[in-house]
Amino acid sequence: MLLSLTTTHQPATDLGFLLHKNPDRVQSFELSFGRALVFYPEATAERCTVALQVEVDPVALVRDRRGPGGAEGLLDQYVNDRPYTASSFLSVAMGQVFRSALSGLCKDRPGLVGDPIPLRACLPVLPCRGGESFLRPLFEPLGYRVEVTRLPLDERFPEWGESPYYSVALEQLIPLKDLLAHLYVLIPVLDDDKHYWVGQDEIEKLLRRGEGWLAQHPEREQITHRYLKRQRSLTRDALERLCFEDGEDPDQVQNAQEATEARLEASLSLNERRIQTVAELIVQSGAKRVVDLGCGEGRLLQALMKAGSFDELLGIDVSCRALGIAHKRLHLDELPHKWQGKVQVAQGALTYRDDRVKGVDAAAVVEVIEHMEADRLEAFEQALFGCARPRMVVLTTPNAEYNVRFLNLVPGRLRHDDHRFEWSRAEFRAWAQGVAERNEYEVEFSPIGAEDPEVGAPTQLAIFSRS
Amino acid sequence: MNTLTIPELSLVLLVGPSGSGKSTFARAHFGSTECVSSDFCRGLVSDDENDQAATPDAFEVLNLIVAKRLAAGRLTVVDATNLRPEDRKRLIALAREYHVLTVAIVFDLPERVCQERNRERPDRNFGPHVIRNQIQTLRRYQRGMDREGIRQIFTLGSPEEVAEVQIQRQRLWTNRRDESGPFDIIGDVHGCYEELCLLLERLGYSLEETPEGPCASHPEGRKVIFLGDIVDRGPRIMDALKLVMNMVAAGRAFMVPGNHEAKLLKKLQGRQVTLTHGLADTVAQLEQADPAFLEAVRKFIDGLIGHFVLDGGKLVVAHAGMKAEMQGRASGAARIFALYGESTGETDEYGLPVRYDWAADYRGKAMVVYGHTPVPEPEWLNNTLCLDTGCVFGGKLTALRYPEKELVSVPARKVYFEPIRPLQATEDPSLSAQQAYDNLLDLEDVLGKRLVHTRLVPKLTVREENARAALEVMSRFALSPKWLIYLPPTMSPTETSERSGYLEHPAEAFAYFRKYGVKQVVCEEKHMGSRAVVVLCRSEEVAQRRFGIQGDGPGACYTRTGRRFFTDRDMEAAFFGRLQAACESTGFWDRFQTDWVCLDCELMPWSAKAQELLKRQYAPVATAAQADLQAGLDLLLQAQGRGLDLSREVEGIQGRLAMARAFQAAYRQYCWPVSSLDDFRLAPFHLLATEGAVHTDQNHLWHMEMLTQLCSGDPKLMFTTAHRTVNLEDETEVEAGIQWWEALTGKGGEGMVVKPLDFISHGPRGLNQPAVKVRGREYLRIIYGPDYTATEHLERLRSRGLSTKRSMALREFALGIEALERFVRREPLRKVHECVFGVLAMESEPVDPRL
Repeated sequence: MLLSLTTTHQPATDLGFLLHKNPDRVQSFELSFGRALVFYPEATAERCTVALQVEVDPVALVRDRRGPGGAEGLLDQYVNDRPYTASSFLSVAMGQVFRSALSGLCKDRPGLVGDPIPLRACLPVLPCRGGESFLRPLFEPLGYRVEVTRLPLDERFPEWGESPYYSVALEQLIPLKDLLAHLYVLIPVLDDDKHYWVGQDEIEKLLRRGEGWLAQHPEREQITHRYLKRQRSLTRDALERLCFEDGEDPDQVQNAQEATEARLEASLSLNERRIQTVAELIVQSGAKRVVDLGCGEGRLLQALMKAGSFDELLGIDVSCRALGIAHKRLHLDELPHKWQGKVQVAQGALTYRDDRVKGVDAAAVVEVIEHMEADRLEAFEQALFGCARPRMVVLTTPNAEYNVRFLNLVPGRLRHDDHRFEWSRAEFRAWAQGVAERNEYEVEFSPIGAEDPEVGAPTQLAIFSRS
Repeated sequence: MNTLTIPELSLVLLVGPSGSGKSTFARAHFGSTECVSSDFCRGLVSDDENDQAATPDAFEVLNLIVAKRLAAGRLTVVDATNLRPEDRKRLIALAREYHVLTVAIVFDLPERVCQERNRERPDRNFGPHVIRNQIQTLRRYQRGMDREGIRQIFTLGSPEEVAEVQIQRQRLWTNRRDESGPFDIIGDVHGCYEELCLLLERLGYSLEETPEGPCASHPEGRKVIFLGDIVDRGPRIMDALKLVMNMVAAGRAFMVPGNHEAKLLKKLQGRQVTLTHGLADTVAQLEQADPAFLEAVRKFIDGLIGHFVLDGGKLVVAHAGMKAEMQGRASGAARIFALYGESTGETDEYGLPVRYDWAADYRGKAMVVYGHTPVPEPEWLNNTLCLDTGCVFGGKLTALRYPEKELVSVPARKVYFEPIRPLQATEDPSLSAQQAYDNLLDLEDVLGKRLVHTRLVPKLTVREENARAALEVMSRFALSPKWLIYLPPTMSPTETSERSGYLEHPAEAFAYFRKYGVKQVVCEEKHMGSRAVVVLCRSEEVAQRRFGIQGDGPGACYTRTGRRFFTDRDMEAAFFGRLQAACESTGFWDRFQTDWVCLDCELMPWSAKAQELLKRQYAPVATAAQADLQAGLDLLLQAQGRGLDLSREVEGIQGRLAMARAFQAAYRQYCWPVSSLDDFRLAPFHLLATEGAVHTDQNHLWHMEMLTQLCSGDPKLMFTTAHRTVNLEDETEVEAGIQWWEALTGKGGEGMVVKPLDFISHGPRGLNQPAVKVRGREYLRIIYGPDYTATEHLERLRSRGLSTKRSMALREFALGIEALERFVRREPLRKVHECVFGVLAMESEPVDPRL
């Protein structure tokens, strides 16, 4: 990966003093993950350019497992963009190779350190999650003129679209140490990844390098959030300290954040409503043995534990990862006396007969069937309605008609990448009534979420019962 | 000599006071692990065999051991005082639960003897009153013992009598494992004598008249097994009975009793029975018979055994079926099940009891053949078969040839008896009973640690965490399990080459097979596409009949994880249409006498399935590498122009830039846009299976030849894989093989696969790898990264372990073949699924993904 800095300050070769690197020498530095090379492609009184070229050892990246996820989580891949793109590797290299300059130390030209000089920074391959519309608001408020060119993915196959990389040049009259600090913080923010573990000490680094500009930056929340690898607790700590330094009320910031979230995540409240509705129905039914099929991370089970008392609550999901989260969320290892021995989560698949589900009073199947291939629904029906035969089944699925009301959903697309189908109200009714008929159940329907006169509610619910 | 004959499988209760010599007796007559003693269990839980306070816990342990042993079908001796009925009750109940007979051996010795023996034992420190009390207790309850459910009680009254005892273990009546047939098993006859004679003739028996009446024999010594219900309802009950009795008497037939015989027996014994369900016909016909014959019939039926376990345990016959846990057991419950089956307690619309469908839950190893419930057609379900095809109701009389598993039947001449419930077809007439049952698999058949027995690798373990991962993949992404009759095994690369600039080279692959005793190998071009399994039926009707798949087209084309290959269903339909046409035009169906085929293939282009991978990983890396290295090179050259010494750096980055370009060129060759079926290319390389055959007995040249013929039916869509054989003992052939690989990979090919000539090859260390791959130098850039050929990288990459990958490849190969063989043998789906699931589970094992 490569960073070059050019100045037209007179004499331009002062850049060498500011960086503590002699323009007439080629210098090489060993890094924990590879090697850095510093050299000057041009060094005249009018114009001076320094290049920082960082080589990452691609084999060590995989073999020593100190590899980064990479933008797409390619944890242990030899075919990896990390050696070629500006990322936290570059920040670390800058921190080591240009340490004094970053800290504003310069014994030969101390007067120059704080002076704005004309500088141009070039990053030929900068990964940018969020695209140009994220990149510009990062640099422009800091006063840069930004030149951006997006790299194609593969010229041979234009239909594949564009690459996630940009060739970027930033220009302004600015003290070198400030420009280095901006790059140091913002490169990993753009890449949205770190090649090392992010912990508490990362906050210190952020505050030190962000001193004097981050607190006023309009995107400070995003920057903090991404820099700290999206760890909420760390982000909150950092924001608090930023605001404190800035004399702002941290709670106000937090509130603003929550409002944004609620606006973005209207679907979250829909999910909560679904869970509340289903939990209430189950409590009202008087069911004592309840199973949540496709329990995921255990939110419905949690709601049920709050809402009533049961002899047995069983959550079943096919994903072991989700079950692990559910296990923690429900504190299954330290259940209060009331729930001991009564709550469990276990792996299972809805298309197989499962004796653990046999004869329960109620089964919840919340937002699950749309994740199954339509041709596997028959097996699901047989397993649940034919074999397990709970007294009551509460089942929800999206109402496809409502999708036109989601502004950010491309027409014709499904709500979730893993959805195999989404049904209109008529389709859902036809299926559910068929299930009821074939298996001797009664079925009722009910909407969840605000009902639109034309397209109905976002979620549809069916309650199956048998005498 | 005092011989006590006990059943080979029984619960033996030793009953007697302390000091009566029970333990000594047990040691003398039974194996040490056959005896469970209360003293020993007391010691287990309390470290003190005489600690009476530990008795309740000790018995809990004892009962558990007894239960486990009886469940496993092992004779068990309980060495405890067992004096009171309540002491014995729990044990007798256990024996009943596991359908085992209870035997008691009572040590009713003089008090003096017991007292004396106790005094000699230093660890017994209780007083003489204890023994006295125990003897009194024994005698108080001795009289009622025969009403406690104990089959046999032997009482030993003196030390001399005890000393003379010899235990003889008697084979259970049901145990006829020594009889291995071949058999002809015949369903419910119900007096249809004419049909029975016809059927016997058709089976190759010759009928003869003897002074005792009709009899039959087979020239090859085959034996008949009658499944009961010879009597009632039909026209010639007497003749049928005579024939059966004569054949049994002559040792040419076995018979198990049916419920109708059981009822007739009651009548013959003079008990009150209602003359319903056709018994009146029997009684009317028997009225003409002479009393001697009636007595013979009574004796015959009375002597019948409820069910038989035959042929080393592989075959079980009973009138109404037999659950696995009751097979070979001798209890009242087992006999009742054999006669009547089990009722759910409900009745149907005709007022007849609803029968518990034991066959649906059957998981036993033995084949069970039974009758009792009239069905229109015999249908296999979980290795069980009902042969009652309702001859007396106007259906037919059916026999099963064993072990051939062929059905032979004779239609009824007329309806002799109107059935209360019409002979009904299965619920879904388009699916067989097994297929309807297989619509749903049981989670218990896949989850948890599993042991799969395959022909090629006898005991194969699937670890629990792997099964968990497989369940996720299988249930979220895979096709209906009915289509998944095979999943391909992983393939190991060749040993790492030490040749400069190479990571893999054919020389190692050839050397490897030579070392394992392979004389000739086949080298096949390795296509860079996606592995695809194609299951193709001649028509959709065949898909329904053979695979139990309805409305999902005439075939399936799926990936190595069981996912549907085509997302565009119209394109998929066209694909199957083209393949079907090729099979028709090349005469494939007729040649193999089949109407379906399973092919192992590679489907090109790679980009069709790997689009995401290309867009997310390969193309971005190529782009980033070239942009970055070019920019770096420009600056270096500029700096060099200033006179800085950067020649090494310039050379290095030029080399890396060239490798980045080579990397891009490598993946680009395997990509082309697909807009229609014409853009796809299919290269089948294994003709895995057709009806009745898994073609693993044919060598790879045969496979290539057969597939070349098939490909000629649609050369636009299909093509034959380039291949050549190499005789490993001939150096020039080996060298030519290497050159062939060099030429292939020089043109940008992925590489080649080297296989032993035989599909299944054994060497000095057992099963050989079915194939190893030798990938091309350029191709490997997309595996090991653009600059892997740089010396400093290559050196490190050479250290890679192949053993896990190879062991996985073997196990997955064995599982895949096993799945096909089971499917071809028409085993229940869960047996096929178990293997396929196992392959998927193995694939979740963490192995270096670059191998």
